[in-house]
Amino acid sequence: MLLEVKDIHVAYGDIEAVCGVSFSLEKDELVSIIGANGAGKTSILNSIMGIFPPRKGSIIFKGRDITAMPAHQRARIGIRIVPERSRLFPRLTVYENLLTGVYGLRKKIPVDKRISWLYGMFPILKERRGQLANTLSGGEQQQLSIARALISDPELLLVDEVSMGLMPKLVEQVFGILKQLNEEHGLTILLVEQNAFASLNISTRGYVLETGTCALSGSAAELMDNPRVQEVYLGH
Amino acid sequence: MSSYTITIGTIIVIQAIAVCGLNVIVGYAGQISLGHAAFFGIGAYTAAMLSTKAGLSFWTALPLVIAIGGFIGFLLGLPSIRVREDFLAITTIGINFIVEAVFRYVPFFGGALGIGGIPRIVFFGERLKGMTFLLLCLVFLFLVLLVCWWLTRCWASLACYAVRDEESAASTMGISHVRFKLLAFVIGTSMAALAGSLYAHYMQFINAGDFSFPVSVGFLSMLVLGGMGTIWGPVIGTLILGVLPEIFRPLVDYRILFYTLLLLLMIRFQPGGLLGEESAMRRVLAPILRRGKA
Ligand SMILES: Nc1ncnc2c1ncn2[C@@H]1O[C@H](COP(=O)(O)OP(=O)(O)O)[C@@H](O)[C@H]1O
Ligand SMILES: [Mg+2]
Repeated sequence: MLLEVKDIHVAYGDIEAVCGVSFSLEKDELVSIIGANGAGKTSILNSIMGIFPPRKGSIIFKGRDITAMPAHQRARIGIRIVPERSRLFPRLTVYENLLTGVYGLRKKIPVDKRISWLYGMFPILKERRGQLANTLSGGEQQQLSIARALISDPELLLVDEVSMGLMPKLVEQVFGILKQLNEEHGLTILLVEQNAFASLNISTRGYVLETGTCALSGSAAELMDNPRVQEVYLGH
Repeated sequence: MSSYTITIGTIIVIQAIAVCGLNVIVGYAGQISLGHAAFFGIGAYTAAMLSTKAGLSFWTALPLVIAIGGFIGFLLGLPSIRVREDFLAITTIGINFIVEAVFRYVPFFGGALGIGGIPRIVFFGERLKGMTFLLLCLVFLFLVLLVCWWLTRCWASLACYAVRDEESAASTMGISHVRFKLLAFVIGTSMAALAGSLYAHYMQFINAGDFSFPVSVGFLSMLVLGGMGTIWGPVIGTLILGVLPEIFRPLVDYRILFYTLLLLLMIRFQPGGLLGEESAMRRVLAPILRRGKA
């Protein structure tokens, strides 16, 4: 098991955003958590990344309890996030933003090779490499955010609503890249999405989150066939 | 050059060194500091004590002065890392008042009388004063600017900029914000201590009042005026605010009022400072600079 999340509770003051969610990821899986706005998806990812600690419960990564580990150390042991709304460093260039991704690493990364691989996958970033990140379009920012997370060669990639605000064509392209990363490079991905169709489409398994609890789980195909999922999330 | 001009020039260069240090903390790492004069004072007092009581020369004392300044900056930086921005402003003001009070009331530091009889700096057998001392200060300013330039080029600056703009995103990249904020504090306060040491040996007499809170406000005004996070901003800001009161003598009495007003106006209308990325001055200068390059 690569990641095990056991009965986590996340609360902001009196508001319980996540109330006892458990799930797990095997190595090489691509798993989706789908849920409406405010269901608690971001809260779950942030507690896995260590940005906002859970009030209760535990998070196990590669057999090691990391519940109390600070975020920058989690990043070093191979967990990376593509945060909601990209969160790039606005006053650094595209190239510099990419470099920040390898900063904290202990292991040696062939940076130049890695960057040219990323430029191959996201040609637009190569074109814009000298431009400040805050001058990029929404789609370019999302691509840079993914590339910045990938440069460190992570073992687990957390992706928070990458489809938000993107044109359908771009959504397709970005999800295509995620699928390719998973299938060809064996990257384990946890995808969190409102866009249930696009994400289940590339996933092996999925969980449905409703107001902080896990309402349903199953293989992607099962979930797509589920009448409730069809009605609420797929708009059939 | 008249001795008057040299005196003003020397003070400006010394202050510019301190403001460069403040720039590392505020401009590069995004940590507000309203107590920078405290570190300037710690450098000055350390240099004064080491030369008058321990009999060390400026040169032998200098590494110690810088190390002590940096170390105290590190200690005081520790709690600052944990508090929010608005508390950090208050914490640093508090540090300034405490340090000043210690200098003023602890007899070991000369008490209200301050420390006098600080020897001049001797360089190859020559006692530096006037022009030669100004030259020495300029050399130190140059070295400090080199360090700042290197900081904006190296890895650490990338991390510092990242932390300044997006702290939690930076942590998810494996960048420990604690480490980089502390690093900025240590480098920034060491520079202030260096400036303090030069100040002590130049004035030959120092007093707790030289390092009071209004001095910190002055440093911050100089930095904000010139442009936070830029290389030359601290120098330009210090130069302008150092020369203005000399030209308009009445300003001297209203210095603090003037500094405070300036600080507020700059933050409201030109937060990047005169040399900031989107400043009016940059826009005016840009075509000239471009022509210069072509
Ligand atoms: N920093 C915060 N402070 C207070 N409440 C928050 C905070 N972040 C999220 N919430 C609340 O927690 C709930 C879940 O939010 P979130 O995890 O962002 O959901 P999602 O990502 O699924 O939209 C929402 O009701 C939201 O209002
Ligand atoms: Mg969200």
